[in-house]
Amino acid sequence: MTGPGLIPAPVAQLPWKIILLVFAIGAFGLVVLYSAASGSIDPWAKRQAITFFAFLTMAIIMSRFPESLWEKSAFPVYGGLVLLLILVELLGAVRGGAQRWLDLGVIRLQPSELMKPAIVLAMARFYALLPAGETRRFTAIWPAALLVGVPAGLVMLQPDLGTALMITFGGITIMFLAGIPLRLFIGGGLAVAIAIPIAFNTLLHDYQRKRVLIFLDPESDPLGAGYHISQSKIAIGSGGIFGKGFLHGTQSHLDYLPEGHTDFVFATMAEEWGLIGGCLLILAFFLVIRWGVNVGVRAQSRFSRLAAAGLATTIFFYVAINLAMVMGLAPVVGIPLPLVSYGGSAQLTIMLCLGMLMSIDRANRRASRW
Amino acid sequence: MNKPFKIVTEAAQPFTFSRRATVLGIGQGAVGLVLAGRMAWLSVAENQHYKLLSESNRVNMTLVPPRRGWIVDRHGAPIADNRTDFRVDIIPDRLEDKQHTLSLLTSVLALTADDLQRINTDLDRAAGFQPVQVEENLDWEHFAAVSVRIPEMPGVAPTRGFARNYPLGAAVAHLTGYVGSASAEQYEKEKDPLLVTPGFKLGKDGLEKALEDRLRGKPGAKRIEVTARGKLVRELATRPDTPGDTVRLTIDAGLQEYAARRLGTNSGSVVVLDVLTGDMLAMVSMPAYDPNSFSRGIGRMEWKMLSQDDHVPLMNKVLQGLYPPGSTVKPMHGLALLQNGIDPDQTVYCGGVMQVGRGRFHCWKRGGHGNINMHRAIPQSCDIYFFQMARQLGYDKFAPTAREMGLGAQYDLPFLSQYYGTVPDSQWKKKKYGKDWTVADSINASIGQGYLLVNPMQLAVMAARLSSGREIVPRILLDEPHRPAASLNLNPEHIKVIRRAMWAVVNGGGTGGAARMNIDGVDLAGKTGTAQVRRITMADRRAGRTGNASFPFHLRDHALFVGFAPADNPRYACSVVIEHGGHLIRNLDAPETASDVLSYMFDRERAIKRLHEAEATWGGDIATRMEAKRKAFMEAQNAPVPPPPKDVDDARSDVVERAASTDRSAATNAAATGSPEGGE
Repeated sequence: MTGPGLIPAPVAQLPWKIILLVFAIGAFGLVVLYSAASGSIDPWAKRQAITFFAFLTMAIIMSRFPESLWEKSAFPVYGGLVLLLILVELLGAVRGGAQRWLDLGVIRLQPSELMKPAIVLAMARFYALLPAGETRRFTAIWPAALLVGVPAGLVMLQPDLGTALMITFGGITIMFLAGIPLRLFIGGGLAVAIAIPIAFNTLLHDYQRKRVLIFLDPESDPLGAGYHISQSKIAIGSGGIFGKGFLHGTQSHLDYLPEGHTDFVFATMAEEWGLIGGCLLILAFFLVIRWGVNVGVRAQSRFSRLAAAGLATTIFFYVAINLAMVMGLAPVVGIPLPLVSYGGSAQLTIMLCLGMLMSIDRANRRASRW
Repeated sequence: MNKPFKIVTEAAQPFTFSRRATVLGIGQGAVGLVLAGRMAWLSVAENQHYKLLSESNRVNMTLVPPRRGWIVDRHGAPIADNRTDFRVDIIPDRLEDKQHTLSLLTSVLALTADDLQRINTDLDRAAGFQPVQVEENLDWEHFAAVSVRIPEMPGVAPTRGFARNYPLGAAVAHLTGYVGSASAEQYEKEKDPLLVTPGFKLGKDGLEKALEDRLRGKPGAKRIEVTARGKLVRELATRPDTPGDTVRLTIDAGLQEYAARRLGTNSGSVVVLDVLTGDMLAMVSMPAYDPNSFSRGIGRMEWKMLSQDDHVPLMNKVLQGLYPPGSTVKPMHGLALLQNGIDPDQTVYCGGVMQVGRGRFHCWKRGGHGNINMHRAIPQSCDIYFFQMARQLGYDKFAPTAREMGLGAQYDLPFLSQYYGTVPDSQWKKKKYGKDWTVADSINASIGQGYLLVNPMQLAVMAARLSSGREIVPRILLDEPHRPAASLNLNPEHIKVIRRAMWAVVNGGGTGGAARMNIDGVDLAGKTGTAQVRRITMADRRAGRTGNASFPFHLRDHALFVGFAPADNPRYACSVVIEHGGHLIRNLDAPETASDVLSYMFDRERAIKRLHEAEATWGGDIATRMEAKRKAFMEAQNAPVPPPPKDVDDARSDVVERAASTDRSAATNAAATGSPEGGE
């Protein structure tokens, strides 16, 4: 991608492979949304296209920023988002009822969504600051646990189990990559296994508990709360290897599949494109994520290493949780499929991740050229 | 990273990171493979299962009511068939402007406020694509009028379906019954969606009800694609219906109709049996409702008129009417005497009255018959002869013969509601009333009064068995070839005596002279009967109130006739029961009716000519008279009529039960004490 001549250097230096891959996923998403609206660019495909290109442009611009910017802004952004989370909680308490966003007039800001990459940056920053010798000490753990616990707890109060889990997973991933002793993860895993039944009965709201129960046995209530999972599995299962063909999905077009353009967009896609379409999409995501992790591996600074691998893993969690959900392997937790599901918030988060990854990638390549 | 050195150095950190990043990458790859594997499992291994579920989501079946099986007579002529029915439904989902559409339909089809209210209720309850009935049984003009306005009224669907048709109308009402929409209870029980499909009807009475399983058939289906909210997307392939079986009856449709018409304005019944096979050639109960009109739905006026009629048109008198048989049992009782060793030439003196204890028993003939033997006692219907014999032998000696001749028996006929009557004896009375049998009981029973109660079907069976000496069992389904019935092993001499006596009733100066057929080579043999429904008190006697004309309809005597023809070589047997006939009008009396009905089998032209002559005196044929009656009834109504009961089935059996129980109690009242006026 460093061909001389006609193309100006800044453009030629862009990581075109990954931009094309992201563009391909996004374009395929637009095709699916076009079908989900029964072959119409309204109401979803057109608006999604606009936000997609806007955010992609934003990501490309971000790639020109120095990686040190992210390191410096990690804590301030994290702190600001925690304050916003508290604000959201207070507003919710005043107005009554659950609240997840702040209406800023122009846009609806969802701080919990932005917290997903922010926690990764903050954790990476923390471990970058931590002297290497402290890594296996307790000082390596309790501040990190606090960094993760505060936003995760606040999001849990909203209540938004999916996002809280993603924030926690993001934090733990960084801890793992930072070199925290393995036995802590093994012990932690055991502790969680014990804590889950307790948390299930005390921390979770009724509707969340119901979701988990229905996830375990969706057919028990096929017309009620298990309807989503049942219909989603029917859509994916009836698609077969080659799918029913573009615009020929019945589950989505006849409205049997709920949320077929947002959280369950993968089912809409799988019904029409079959196993082939599903595997290609999974492969594309895998390539993007692998690229992200490799950016981390190649990175020069400890912050960049941890941040890049962490951001890539954030994207991974989006994809994995969403796919597990629509295929009936995880409860319905409201995590959209990145770049494909209709909606701006998640797209913004993903593009922020990609933008920062590209920025770190750019720094890597400049370093290797030296 | 449990390496020997405890202190992690900055130099070691990148190595730790790349190792762990590799582990992370492998973990992510593994998750990716699990997800791809899960997807393959769903879409390949479970593909058939989910395809099926997806199809059953998408495709919704609308049932098409099956064409009901025909009911045909023994020659194949239709008794109940299906005619094209023009109907108009609304598909709620396609309806655009409900108010406009309904007002347009109201003006085109002249819908009433009642109709509109029902349609509105149905529309509110209907699922999106399930049709709601606007009107059925439309004539072509109205149907066409709706059809041409279809572009103005989206959602209105004129369709051609099938409706039940009974070509003989009221003449077969109690034979076939009628059809109607399923009740909520029936749907609860069967849970078959067909039952609530518009246009589907099931048997509500008679053969239609009893043979429902054979007549119903299997519904066809219209497959339509619908959305999750029930919105119709498009129609897919249609599966045709399987019509119900055709059921062939032993009935002769011509004879059935003739008998129904010949009953005229009477409340009565006619049964004609083939004396060799037991095939039921006619089974008529009149007056009757029009099954065509009942099958369309029962209007409030119609219901009120029919349920209040003292001629009980809602009752199948052949199987549900119980009557004292009166003198029609005398030939059978004669047979009982012969079987008990009584010499038919033995005489009894009839002085017109007989004293038993404190009771006085009269013969129908004031002055008495003088010395009389069995050969004369049956044709002359002498009561004293049978009184004397019953006093001498006791009725316990008669009862076995009565049962042998088919009285008191239950016949396995496809009619769900039947009454069987009683053949009384001392044991029966002891069990039922805890009282001993008296001589008066025997005397009453000997002339077919008292506790003896029969239905007209049993009377016909009695006539058939007496005439042929065979164990005739009535049958109505011509499913398999009928074999001649088994012999009763009666003494041929006895049969000869009884047959000759019954011949003499009609042709030998007996009481049934009016029934003479006047057809060369075919003589009718039979027996007349009168069944009292009231006691004639001494006060009545003193006031001269013994004639039926001086009593209101419901107190008049029943007129009965049993018979068979030809007398010398019996082929057909019949029973005729005229409720409260009182022998008042000659061409409406039982003997003449029986004679004409049986003559139809031998000289059709003559029978029809006699019918036309008689019908002229009654005010036309059945349909004409029913229409006139309906008009008169409507005009007489000034108060608003309440709607028919919700469950017409139940209410109808109530009406029948009430009529049947008044009959029975009247009969027992008349006989409870001594002093019956013996019937001729």
